[in-house]
Amino acid sequence: MAKIVELITENVGKVRPDSLEDYLNASGYEALKKAFKMTPEEIIEEVKKSNLRGRGGAGYPTGSKWEQLHEIDETPKYIVCNADEGEPGTFKDKIIMDKDPFKLVEAMTIAGYTFGSNHGYIYIRGEYPLSKKTMQKAVDLAKEAGYLGDNILGTDYSFDIHIRTGAGAYVCGENSAQLNSLEGKVGRPRIKPPHLAEVGLFKKPTLVNNVESFAAIPYIVLNGGEKYASFGTKESGGTKLVCLSGNVVNRGVYEVPFGTTIREIIYDLGGGMPEGRKFKFAQIGGSSGPCFGEDKLDTPLCYKETGKNGLIVGSGALLVVDDSNCAVDFAKCISEFFVHESCGKCTMCREGNRQLLRILTRFTEGKGCKEDFALIEQLSNVLPISSFCGLGETATRAVSTCIELFRDEFEEHIEGKCRAGICSFSEGGK
Amino acid sequence: MAVNKNITAEDERFQLLDEFIDEIEDKKSSLINVLHKAQEIFGYLPLEVQKHIAEKVDLPLSEVYGVVSFYHHFNLEPKGKYQISVCLGTACYVRGASKVLERIKKELNIEVGETSEDTKYSLQATRCVGACGLAPVVIINDDVYGRMTEEKVPEILEKYK
Ligand SMILES: Cc1cc2nc3c(=O)[nH]c(=O)nc-3n(C[C@H](O)[C@H](O)[C@H](O)COP(=O)(O)O)c2cc1C
Ligand code: SF4
Ligand code: FES
Repeated sequence: MAKIVELITENVGKVRPDSLEDYLNASGYEALKKAFKMTPEEIIEEVKKSNLRGRGGAGYPTGSKWEQLHEIDETPKYIVCNADEGEPGTFKDKIIMDKDPFKLVEAMTIAGYTFGSNHGYIYIRGEYPLSKKTMQKAVDLAKEAGYLGDNILGTDYSFDIHIRTGAGAYVCGENSAQLNSLEGKVGRPRIKPPHLAEVGLFKKPTLVNNVESFAAIPYIVLNGGEKYASFGTKESGGTKLVCLSGNVVNRGVYEVPFGTTIREIIYDLGGGMPEGRKFKFAQIGGSSGPCFGEDKLDTPLCYKETGKNGLIVGSGALLVVDDSNCAVDFAKCISEFFVHESCGKCTMCREGNRQLLRILTRFTEGKGCKEDFALIEQLSNVLPISSFCGLGETATRAVSTCIELFRDEFEEHIEGKCRAGICSFSEGGK
Repeated sequence: MAVNKNITAEDERFQLLDEFIDEIEDKKSSLINVLHKAQEIFGYLPLEVQKHIAEKVDLPLSEVYGVVSFYHHFNLEPKGKYQISVCLGTACYVRGASKVLERIKKELNIEVGETSEDTKYSLQATRCVGACGLAPVVIINDDVYGRMTEEKVPEILEKYK
């Protein structure tokens, strides 16, 4: 039976988001006070021991990232919180910002103190106006009470947080594109290296972490990295916020320890499919993640096991799709997303995604042909190796895994048949 | 949100925008914030407004235009009084968002990306607004409607006359 463990969501629903007092009563700012008594090296050591890995999707070890930035002497350094949460089906960072905003403020302040940085930025997607308001309010209240601003808690450390909003571009979730956007520019990715730890925001050393990664920091500082790691599996420390959506009874965000199986999440926590419907497939990690069938449901959620099974942990999005849906039309929906969001810098990502959408559209109209499978395969092979950033690299993953699973359904569409009855072949299918 | 096709340099609303810009220390890196504000004031970002901003923050117009046209949120054309966004993110899609969208198109007789002739309604498709637990989701100006069905469409549109 799956269990919920509340390490980073402990306050969700229990504190008022606009009350610093509530946060303090819930042991808020104890971690910062403790951090002030530690050296930066000690803090980084705890983060390393925690086995925390980036929750924004890429899963990079947070401790190593912090260590790399620490080793750089140049100043000033900047702390950036990636709250772009653009991956469709992901809505976990929003829960932290809307329900426990001081946790994020405290976490960023600890990071700021660790690196001797005086400025932090939170980049919130434009689609989250409420989160922006809530975060701004928390920042203002923290400042008024001396938890932010000059000489925090009477120390000689000063830190300020600035809130910025995106303007509807998925690619700005990519960390280097995000820094360009924060500088007021077009949000296209930068070439790396140089890494952002060396040449980041305003060309200065910069830390970029996801909201959920930051949110784990107060727990780690307060209870020790080992304690946090003890909740997960050997390689994947702690807990993960899973965003369960689609055709399940209980949709929502659940904090589960790593090692929980996908089946447990869908059936124990999510309550399975609505009555009378059957599981068809699921998709993990958002629109850039792979689709998979029943046979992989017993995969434990953790970086190692998902990797072995061709899955990812990604952002923690878990979308469940039942048999009322058509695999071909679903693939087309994903493809539309990538056409819309490609930033246009690379030819293959810009044009390849368009061609893929054209082919998939033909299928949904009953005009596909056998040769199209080879074309799709070609695109799926070329895009990952000819794209500049993760968007193009992963854009074909959902479509190609969908075809692997449901080749028969794609073939039926060539004959003008849609078993789910979603595609209408009125416009002159075969 | 105000819709005005003829914005001239004398428009009083520029003063409002200038007050906002004057408060900002680092104007260049705040371009996106300024554009958000300008769109809030004018409803969209016509060339006249872009020119004004370019001068005010000391950037070439080409760069301002580059930023405006890159981000989906910024509009070069005026939008309707009621902006209707239908989420077509995957979590909404698998719960029947396309049917909801079709119904709205039929009721209002406009396509995605269009504004109705009486400039009352604009229709757009968005990708995941982070309310996947309530899918499918429709947003009209600042109001969020979750668990949408085709059948609920007329009744909800009735509120925006
Ligand atoms: C196309 C694309 C979109 C991304 N979107 C997000 C996002 O919305 N939020 C996020 O935290 N990371 C996103 N990332 C990952 C970031 O580049 C980066 O790895 C992350 O912010 C680092 O923080 P973390 O190590 O704490 O996860 C995205 C990456 C790519 C390639
Ligand atoms: S891969 Fe796509 S999104 Fe990434 S830089 Fe190239 S064109 Fe832009
Ligand atoms: S997919 Fe529609 S709100 Fe997330």
